[in-house]
Amino acid sequence: MTGYLVRRLGQALVVLWVMSFVTYGLLALMPGDPVDLMLSGDPNVTTADVARLRALHGLDQPFLERYGNWFMGALQGDFGYSRLFSAPVLDVLGPRLLNSLLLMGLAFLLAVSVALPASIAAARRPGGMADRLINLLCFAGISVPPFWLALLMILLFAVSLGLFPAGGMATVGDGGLGDRAAHLVLPVLTLAVASIAQYTRHGRAAMIEVLREDYIRTARAKGATERTVLWRHGFRNALIPVVTIMALDFGALFSGALIVETMFAYLGMGKTIYDAVMGNDYNLALVGLLLATSVTLAANIAADIAYALIDPRIRLTGRGRA
Amino acid sequence: MRRSARVLTIWLLLFLSALPLARPADAREQLVIGMTQFPTTLNPMIDSMLVKTYVLGMAQRQMTIFGHDWEPICLWCTELPTFENKRAKRFPVLDATGKETGREGVRTTYTIKPGAVWGDGTEITTDDVLFSWEVGRHPETGVADSSSYQEIVDIEVEDERTFTIVLDKIDYRYNTLGDFQLLPAHLERAAFANPREYKNRTLYKTAPGTPGLYNGPYRVTEVNEGAYIVLARNEQWQGKPPAFERIVVKTIEKTAALEANLLSGSIDYIAGEAGLTLDQALGFEKRHGDTFDVIYKPGLIYEHIEFNLDNPVLADIKVRRALLHAIDRKAISDKLFAGNQPVAHGAVNPLDWAYYDKLPTYPYDPSRAKALLDEAGWTEIRNGIRHRPDGTKLSLEIMTTAGNRIRELVEQVLQNYWKQVGIEVTIRNEPARVFFGETVRKRAFPAMAMFAWLSAPEALPKTTLYSSSIPTEANNWSGQNATGYSSPEMDRLIDAIEIELDREKRRELWARQQTLYATDLPVLPLYFRSDAYILPKWLKGLRPTGHKYSSTYWIEQWRDGSSASQ
Repeated sequence: MTGYLVRRLGQALVVLWVMSFVTYGLLALMPGDPVDLMLSGDPNVTTADVARLRALHGLDQPFLERYGNWFMGALQGDFGYSRLFSAPVLDVLGPRLLNSLLLMGLAFLLAVSVALPASIAAARRPGGMADRLINLLCFAGISVPPFWLALLMILLFAVSLGLFPAGGMATVGDGGLGDRAAHLVLPVLTLAVASIAQYTRHGRAAMIEVLREDYIRTARAKGATERTVLWRHGFRNALIPVVTIMALDFGALFSGALIVETMFAYLGMGKTIYDAVMGNDYNLALVGLLLATSVTLAANIAADIAYALIDPRIRLTGRGRA
Repeated sequence: MRRSARVLTIWLLLFLSALPLARPADAREQLVIGMTQFPTTLNPMIDSMLVKTYVLGMAQRQMTIFGHDWEPICLWCTELPTFENKRAKRFPVLDATGKETGREGVRTTYTIKPGAVWGDGTEITTDDVLFSWEVGRHPETGVADSSSYQEIVDIEVEDERTFTIVLDKIDYRYNTLGDFQLLPAHLERAAFANPREYKNRTLYKTAPGTPGLYNGPYRVTEVNEGAYIVLARNEQWQGKPPAFERIVVKTIEKTAALEANLLSGSIDYIAGEAGLTLDQALGFEKRHGDTFDVIYKPGLIYEHIEFNLDNPVLADIKVRRALLHAIDRKAISDKLFAGNQPVAHGAVNPLDWAYYDKLPTYPYDPSRAKALLDEAGWTEIRNGIRHRPDGTKLSLEIMTTAGNRIRELVEQVLQNYWKQVGIEVTIRNEPARVFFGETVRKRAFPAMAMFAWLSAPEALPKTTLYSSSIPTEANNWSGQNATGYSSPEMDRLIDAIEIELDREKRRELWARQQTLYATDLPVLPLYFRSDAYILPKWLKGLRPTGHKYSSTYWIEQWRDGSSASQ
């Protein structure tokens, strides 16, 4: 297991290095630069101002030189300054990454807590009343656009019922645990809805397949209770494909979080990366994307470990899975 | 399964038990303002963002700004220098050898008002003025528009409160300090030790809650980057005390969410400077006009369509005039904006004293448009589209920023108008960064580009109309004259306006400049954009200005009109 993890971490570092080069290149290929954005709409900026600002931001240097400077700095722990925030990028991204992980983690927990029981309930009697109802809700959850759902949540729970705050991270001047929790409810619910629907669909399909297996029939023939059959024999075996989907989906949560973070004015990574790309903040966008990649890679490694824990037949070795 | 249900229930109960009911802010001691943007920095010099000016209007006052009547006024100076009050004096400009160059410069003397102090009680002195000049003119500090500092040749200090600005030329703006911003030298000098790092080390960034950074009726006490800024009363402020104990400026980027926050009571007021778009505000007013006041204020944002004058079709003035006669801008404004965006006949706003009200206009007249197109040789009509006798089709392309709902809507309306006179117009929009970063900058739009300019009162269109401001590959695409308009007469008029100090003579020059602009039509004027301010019925005293010095520069006038004590 240790050898396997070391190998996967090594691979992850190579992926991150390649990603840094590709991302930097793609950002450099995008039209315009930060100075162009300062210019748009302001007719007072002169030609001399433009030349001075380009030199000041290092935009007059060739791409490889700029990337080389950044990379050497990054190796020494200096990831550069954010132009949009006028602060070191890690200072900007650190708290936002934690905020995003909190939001995504809670949404993930909620999704799993709801989806797994729902998928088992649906799979027990395929085509039954419960299955149909759960399927209907799943399709609704998958189909509803997150921004629209967010707006509905705000209108219902914040405007009409006044139960939860409409947005933000905390009430100005409060910021206690209860207050922060209240501000998380609507974003977490919105972000979790699509995941609940997706996990339930995959869980249901996997459970139906597993429940048709011979060993399930054998377990029933041996007199095992329905609960034991479902949870001990069925659920555990159905979990592997579901874990795969969840690991892949964790990366996708970042993109979902962008919309939710924007709608609820929640300071997270998704929104910051979007702003950095649109605002031509190369350093911030680059490091933000690398952090998002790291989270996805970590989720995949965690999924591999989960496979071994769920199914003892799977062993992780330094040479790959056997 | 029952265990999972229990876990889920506990999880939800934990949340629900922790919930305080969402409560509106204390409306009388605190005012919560909602905006769609967050300033990148609070340093008054670095970056020029409207939203930063908005926040600093409450906390950081400068020497001179424009007032509600769009005339320059003193904030921290005792009076504006003029030749009449002897605070402005001409002098002959000498060359390096001491000989007269034949040009004249001007010395303008300002005195800082008594009682001008920073938030920590330190007096505002000429030392702050000198330090601000040093920071502003340094090429590495990252000031976007450094002209207000670069143009100053010298600052002569008379005493702690009086100083003289020396300019080696005289132009009509001689008696205002433009965007000259004051910085507290006693706090900021250390951060300026390395000018290249100044923008990152300034206390406005690293410790924005430092009281001495501010000199307005409020001072910033808390900045939650990207989320909100809290301002509290500045105890050192010696002017009229502001009514609210605390101001919170919250950023909610999605306008739909901003609106929902207003309705839920999370915010009290949506600032017009960076709030709802006009169509959203009109819709909001219809639904909630009984509980909120909506103020529409036209301003200096000039929506227009730039022609690429290298396009042989548009190089013909008759076609340009026909394009303008063919569209009913008044109807567009009435139908789409409920008449709240006044039609523009040129780049100068009618609220500006320099506006000339007798310039040539192009009313909606499809017959005249058709006649002009006939005169231009577009005589044959095939399938409803005009052609030249040689078969060339009258087809043009219009571009704007993709995703800007209002502009995209206007584009479609214009397309329909032009079709009615036989002009085929196709639409090709691009994301803002591509549109401004490449297409407009490099004049790569084949025919027409729709966007807006934000200017100041009596702003000279030097970068947008001067012939040397045409972006070319040779000048590395510098300059903002994207139409490619080149007129020696326009250049002469711009130069003449710049050095004419007599207002009446300048008015005459402005009239000629605007007439030439309207005659040559290098751009197609559309309208002046309006901002929509959505405020609660109890908020009184707020007066939008229409220019870049926002309503917050008069925050002392804002008050709770429903309070018995008022």
